[in-house]
Amino acid sequence: MADTKTTPGATSASSATSAPSGDGASQWDRVAAMDEFKQLLKSKARFIVPATIFFIVYYFLLPWLVGYYPQKMDKRVWGSVNIAYLFALSQFFVSWLIAWLYVRAARKWDDSAKNILNRLKGGK
Amino acid sequence: MNSTLILFLIFIVVTLAITYWAAKRSATAGAYFAANRQIKAWQNGVAVAGDYMSAASFLGIAGLIAFNGYDGFMYSVGWLVAYLTVLLLVAEPLRNAGKYTMADVLAYRLHPRPVRAMAALSTLTVSTFYMIAQMIGAGALVSLLLKDSHITFHTAVIGVGILMIVYVVFGGMLATTWVQIIKAILLMGGTIILSILVMNHFGWSFSNFFDAITKVTYHDPKGATVVKDFLQPGGMYKPPYGALDLISLGIALIFGTAGLPHILVRFYTVPDAKTARHSVVWAMVLIGAFYIMTTFLGFGAATVVGRDFIAKNGGQNMSGPNLALFLGGNFFFAFICAIAFATILAVVAGLTISASTSFAHDFWTNVVHKGTERSPGEEVRVARITAFVVGAASITVAILLGPTFNVAFLVALAFAVAASANLPVIIFSIFWKRFNTAGAVCGLVVGLLSSIILIAIGPSLMGPGPTAWFHRAAPIFPLQNPGIISVPLGFLGAWLGTLLGGRDAAAEAKFTELEVRANIGLGAEQATAGH
Repeated sequence: MADTKTTPGATSASSATSAPSGDGASQWDRVAAMDEFKQLLKSKARFIVPATIFFIVYYFLLPWLVGYYPQKMDKRVWGSVNIAYLFALSQFFVSWLIAWLYVRAARKWDDSAKNILNRLKGGK
Repeated sequence: MNSTLILFLIFIVVTLAITYWAAKRSATAGAYFAANRQIKAWQNGVAVAGDYMSAASFLGIAGLIAFNGYDGFMYSVGWLVAYLTVLLLVAEPLRNAGKYTMADVLAYRLHPRPVRAMAALSTLTVSTFYMIAQMIGAGALVSLLLKDSHITFHTAVIGVGILMIVYVVFGGMLATTWVQIIKAILLMGGTIILSILVMNHFGWSFSNFFDAITKVTYHDPKGATVVKDFLQPGGMYKPPYGALDLISLGIALIFGTAGLPHILVRFYTVPDAKTARHSVVWAMVLIGAFYIMTTFLGFGAATVVGRDFIAKNGGQNMSGPNLALFLGGNFFFAFICAIAFATILAVVAGLTISASTSFAHDFWTNVVHKGTERSPGEEVRVARITAFVVGAASITVAILLGPTFNVAFLVALAFAVAASANLPVIIFSIFWKRFNTAGAVCGLVVGLLSSIILIAIGPSLMGPGPTAWFHRAAPIFPLQNPGIISVPLGFLGAWLGTLLGGRDAAAEAKFTELEVRANIGLGAEQATAGH
């Protein structure tokens, strides 16, 4: 099967021209070897892994608590409004907050990606 | 002619004009499949929201809340949270590594033919099930909305199907995008106006509104008056399996949304990964705001209109339009009905283009013809023919199944397959170096089969349930939603397949390339100049 192997971009001229010129396949290895690239991966993982675990746990707390402790979750805390409603509502704001934090963190990843691409073009 | 029909016609004329405009700009493959990757972040975000929020959301969730109270609102939460999976894990690597389809990412470092063949099968399964559900819903809805104008289920299904085919065959991704943008703006506008009218009805007092929700009055089937606190949990998800079913649905949503082919292809329409990221955020703002406002739509319908009236006038799914009738009169009712119609059209157009792209790009060009077009423009030509065939087939199936067919399980199935088959292999190909072809094929097969089998032996199709086909035995699997079992099985299948398949040195060597490309966009597909 190896002879039929093509990359998704192989049939497209646009992807070939977009990659900075270098000595063929080794441009990928050169980037992978850069400290700045390793730092970028680490920095991304440091945000994405805990954020993903947090939102999954926080989301599944809702059906779990409401499903198994309906009386406790029905406690009225603000007029007629109960914890169950507020907790469900909070999911929206927590999701938006995580998205905002992610976009903020990603700004510095964009800078570092740009640096790496520039260094590659400079042939260093 | 009633005003709903006139508003329908206005929408049809506007969208056909857009299709005409887009058709002249959709000649090349990059233009037809990905709108030249020139869609702006806000446009793509709004289009994602328009692609995602189906009539099931607009009419279905409002109805769930109006009839079951709090549990309906809890149900709506997962539809937004799911976008964090898209944002954090999938959108950017997918944009950087792929070209037109989800399978591009899977085929990047694996043997493309078996992987693409399976991925195309999974994509077509998700898209067709989801589309048939939408078409039946559309037919039932349009014939209900337009019951005074003698439009039947058949006419409505054929009409929706033909429009969807015209948008996609002639206008490609560009027309689909703008149909989705217009729909999303209309949907948000209508929802905001309805919410304002509900709050106005309660004198802009949240405490009046929530007090009313605790005293929802209606009559049970025996005619006795019931006063019920609709903020109390437990209206819909009842023991013994209710909570588990909701968790299982949550798993399908959280992991399935990031595996829905018609959502994923949208990220190829923007110039780069950063724009893809910003478009997810735009989508999250709209989708979140919409689902928060289901509070006003659903509880508003329960308190202002009441279950008794809704049950006699179109039933649960007509809660939103009935609320519009009560608060805004006949014209506003017509406006909300027209939005529901626009909503369905935008979603089916998105499904059609993702199905035809996958067939043409993955199956025809890359599996059958090993990655080369035999003549220029062949891929686009095949996609246009596929869009026509897919459209005609779903019209036929929708008509054969008829307006009373239960579509809820088709939607559950589409999300379950996306979560159990597509997402595990997407995640593993992006993040796991050791992942190989055997793992991808095994994960896709196990995820697809386990979702279908668990739904087939579940309460949707077996046992005493109202929608079941096989009544002679109790359901073997107790949950409507198979995600809680099928998603872990999909991951397990992909993992075991990888281990059993032996190490693939070429795939592991190419992981570096994929990792670099996914993270910094080196070699990623670029935007091309339009006409």
